Amino acid sequence: MGLDLYAEDLVANYEHPHNKKNMPDCDSSSHEYNTTCGDDITVYIKVKEGKIADVSFDGSGCAISVGTASKLTDAIKGRSTSEIEDLGFDFIVGLIGIDPGPARTKCATISLKALKHAVFIYEHKKPDGKTESL
Amino acid sequence: MAEINPEEIKKDFPIFESRKEGRRLVYLDSAATSQKPREVIDTISDYYRNYNANIHRGIYQIAERATEAYEDSKRKMAKFLGAESYEELIYVRNTTEAINLVALSWGEKNISEGDHILISEMEHHSNLVPWILLSKRKKAVLDYIKVGEDYRLDQESLENGLEKSPKLVAITHSSNVLGTINDVKTITRKAHDKGAIVLVDGAQSAPHMPVNLSDIGCDFYALSGHKMLGPTGIGALYGKRDILEEMPPVIGGGDMIEAVEFYSCSWNKIPWKFEAGTSNIEGGIGMTPAIAYLEKIGMGNVFKHEVELTKYAIDSLSEIKNVETYGPDMKKNDHGGVISFSVNGVHPHDVASIFDNYNVAIRAGHHCAMPLVTQILKQSAVSRMSFYIYNDKDDIDKAVEAINEVKRIFKK
Repeated sequence: MGLDLYAEDLVANYEHPHNKKNMPDCDSSSHEYNTTCGDDITVYIKVKEGKIADVSFDGSGCAISVGTASKLTDAIKGRSTSEIEDLGFDFIVGLIGIDPGPARTKCATISLKALKHAVFIYEHKKPDGKTESL
Repeated sequence: MAEINPEEIKKDFPIFESRKEGRRLVYLDSAATSQKPREVIDTISDYYRNYNANIHRGIYQIAERATEAYEDSKRKMAKFLGAESYEELIYVRNTTEAINLVALSWGEKNISEGDHILISEMEHHSNLVPWILLSKRKKAVLDYIKVGEDYRLDQESLENGLEKSPKLVAITHSSNVLGTINDVKTITRKAHDKGAIVLVDGAQSAPHMPVNLSDIGCDFYALSGHKMLGPTGIGALYGKRDILEEMPPVIGGGDMIEAVEFYSCSWNKIPWKFEAGTSNIEGGIGMTPAIAYLEKIGMGNVFKHEVELTKYAIDSLSEIKNVETYGPDMKKNDHGGVISFSVNGVHPHDVASIFDNYNVAIRAGHHCAMPLVTQILKQSAVSRMSFYIYNDKDDIDKAVEAINEVKRIFKK
């Protein structure tokens, strides 16, 4: 792991996160907790005609978890729920531009896991293995 | 050896020969586990290469040699700790298992509904969760000695706790988060006056300071071998002979019995009564060179060295803006080689990740002391550096360099 994990862009997203708010009128939400770091992230979604009409997150955590949640919520607005169902670790690597390494993978993927759970709950589906192993 | 020379000591630890991107390893996480000197690694390898056999069974030379080496390590450990006899030492996996053994054996037999158990707010989960479980099983009352604003045990709270005549007082000798060293000798005397049994969690004291159990007077003392230069998977529970003899075994099997019939059995003598099944033979044998290494340096010198490093680190950190440290002041000689700290506005895991880029290993998290970190320090997590014989001031300078990088990245 190099210093690039803390690229200026990611740190800026941590310091001033986008889409960080509670969403009481959401269609679905999911909360994830990372026991090692104490990262605590809830993702909220609104779905319209099979697409993510709005998304936000709330909670607290390290720069990797909060910065990634900020970038993720920006990136997936307008995408279809079936697209979200297919997203995996590679999507996060593309988003932050680096493999976070084994010690920080959970931090980087916690918001994606919460997002996918929220979608699965909305769809009345059971999360798949790919999601659970994030 | 009169004074510690970390530069020379590092040469005895093969791990410090490695480099990552040209940087040497700066290891500041010895409170989690210590590095191992060559003698320990070689002793374990020698056992497997030259006399691997099960102990207490074989009537052949290598089995006798293995048995002797394993039992000899207990004699060395007993002497190291100032215990009266090696029979008062039970080998277990670690401190956690040692304390759980007390809870499951002594606790099950002696704790009843309404009894009080007194512990402190600065306990590691290993000296906390077993008592939560026991008090729930027995409907006993768990009381806490508070941690004061000076990060020491609150004396009034200690007295109040003792007024309730607890059956058991279980207290850490040295906090793995704050570095606070508790006066366990005085606590033991006061607790004994109230009729309590005293357990001391020695995970952070046995490796770092002179410990004399006869002088402390406690009834139980628990330690982990891997924090004191030894291998993982070996720890010890010390217990006073008369108490151990009255305790029922918790795990049944081979080696812990005297005689077995189809429907009954009788127990082996202490300590073997508590060591069912094949022991961690390599672990026990590996403790002998670990203890020899520490004795060669002298535990008084180990302690003095760590206090000096702690003072230097606190002075260095206090000069950095936006860095907060948690632990008692250095005026009373009761702060061992552990410093927890925060860089304001930066999560400790980010701090540790950035340290890692400098090949500086520190710990970040709740350090298995969640109530202390979240409710007393009021942090979700903290960063921690901890010192040992192989650390020097240059290691701390490297840590300071890494903190400055944290501050640069996060513009603090």
